[in-house]
Amino acid sequence: MAVSAKMPAIESSVVNESPLWSRRLVKFGAYALLIGFALVQFIPFVWALSASFKPEIEIQNSLSFPPKLIPQNPTLQNYFDIFTIVPFGTWYLNSFLVAFFTTLLTLFFASTSGYAFARIPFPGRGVVFWAIIGTMAIPAVITLIPTYIVLKSLGLTDTLQGLIIPFMVTAFGIFLMRQFFTSVPVELEEAARVDGAGRIRIFSQVVLPLARPALSALTIFTFMGRWNDFLMPLIIIGKSELFTLPLGMSTFRGQYKTDWNLLMSGSILVMIPIVILYLFFQRFFIEGIATTGLKG
Amino acid sequence: MAISADRPVAQEKVLTLQRQKQQDSLAGWLFVGPALLFFSVFTVFPILFGVFLSLFKINVTTFENRTWVGLDNFPKVLGNEDFQVSIWNTARFSFFVVIIQTSLSLLLAVAVNQKIRGRTFFRAAFFFPSISSSVVISIIFLWFFNKFGLLNYALSLIGINGPSWTDDPSAALPAIMSLNIWTTAGTFMVIYLAALQDIPGQLYEAASIDGANGVQKFFRITVPLLTATTYFVVTLGIIGTFQVFDQAFIISGGTGGPQKSTLTIVFYIYQQAFRERNGMGLAAAAAVILFVIIFSLTLLQRRFFKTEQNY
Repeated sequence: MAVSAKMPAIESSVVNESPLWSRRLVKFGAYALLIGFALVQFIPFVWALSASFKPEIEIQNSLSFPPKLIPQNPTLQNYFDIFTIVPFGTWYLNSFLVAFFTTLLTLFFASTSGYAFARIPFPGRGVVFWAIIGTMAIPAVITLIPTYIVLKSLGLTDTLQGLIIPFMVTAFGIFLMRQFFTSVPVELEEAARVDGAGRIRIFSQVVLPLARPALSALTIFTFMGRWNDFLMPLIIIGKSELFTLPLGMSTFRGQYKTDWNLLMSGSILVMIPIVILYLFFQRFFIEGIATTGLKG
Repeated sequence: MAISADRPVAQEKVLTLQRQKQQDSLAGWLFVGPALLFFSVFTVFPILFGVFLSLFKINVTTFENRTWVGLDNFPKVLGNEDFQVSIWNTARFSFFVVIIQTSLSLLLAVAVNQKIRGRTFFRAAFFFPSISSSVVISIIFLWFFNKFGLLNYALSLIGINGPSWTDDPSAALPAIMSLNIWTTAGTFMVIYLAALQDIPGQLYEAASIDGANGVQKFFRITVPLLTATTYFVVTLGIIGTFQVFDQAFIISGGTGGPQKSTLTIVFYIYQQAFRERNGMGLAAAAAVILFVIIFSLTLLQRRFFKTEQNY
């Protein structure tokens, strides 16, 4: 750091090989690219938001050019209608229950086993851990049909439990927590042990409270993954009252092809919890991707 | 024993250590046991069972009575016209998406990494689509790609009469490709950005002293030093794109159409397993083939990147 802090002075006096105009050009290009891409990213969302406030007549009219971004007679009707036309409230609750309980159970299983893999020497630890990590290399699609058969034979198809139980222990979660616990100083535990604390107490009262960042990252990824999951509900859920939001939206799109105002208000409602989660925990999202991504 | 009898303190120590060891193994298995049980039932067993199932002919409603067909499912599925179409579609999809999203995310990361205002904003904004539901994003894009949607309006301004994207067999897959790139470019940008920040600034300064320009620095310093990251990004890209399903399902309304143009491999597997009467074994075989394809591609490109690394 000290070196690089001194370098620019030399650079600007000696190195005027890359002239000012070229550096300005690079910066201009960077801004143009970033702003351009940001617009491309935002426009579909803004366009969806706009449609969600338009009365049906305006949607029909906008099916001819030119389309209007700002609704002429903005209405909240679409946001009410979607709850009466389809059981949107039930789907919302189902999605929430599935995501919430999967996350809770994942936190429990990943932290207990992650802790043991990091800290408790027991026979077979290495082999078992690497076997678990090894499964991460296998594409999920391999397990699609077998999981369906397992759930069916356990009588868990067409139940919300069937969407929770298969996902409550994941290699990713165990890996994430194990990596974290490895970085906690052993001295902390030894001090507690001298005071006569057992494993369970050390884990729950000393180590776990320190693991908040890792637990937050795991919470976000698990909740988001379950909230957005489509394939598993599609294959195991048949009853409309057990649909999760993505599955419900998919069938809704099949039946109400041209009711864009309703489709868009539904879409916005599905995104809201994730947007809130994102606004609060943005740091964990991005750090989680950057670090676990690179290490995985 | 005799020795330790002479030294009661040492014996005591050995005993405590042994007790400690036993306690540790007990505690270890106690902590890991429940997780391991569920993991075995819902991850390890399905992986093995998946391979096993590919050797049977299975009726979807009564899969208890399955008939052993050995390896017959494999030539059968490979000769199936729909499966061939799905491989061709998926390969094209993966090829274009991986190349474009990798280069785009690298460019975006380099741009964000310049000393510019609003870095955190851009990073957060680009990452956002990848956390949204794929179903919802596909529905929003249907609205956007509509015959009278915003995209075609924009095209009409420059005199292009846009097709009805999702109903046109030659436009539907490219539409899903762009939707996919749009969603994931930001995720990979974050990964690239983390790696870019590890490149020592002195390298660029030294290059400037030697008179290198921006383009040279990009291709001679940035790109080579990011080889490991690029390998990782491409690997994730291949694994992800070869399993594309949600977007194709929603955009085509669950049909894989128009004219099978959006039928992907996972879509084919889904159709065989859950919509055909006796297709589950065939679908399991297709899943094994997909696994082999992904695995070989990852190995192949690992080789490619290994030789690249010794520039």
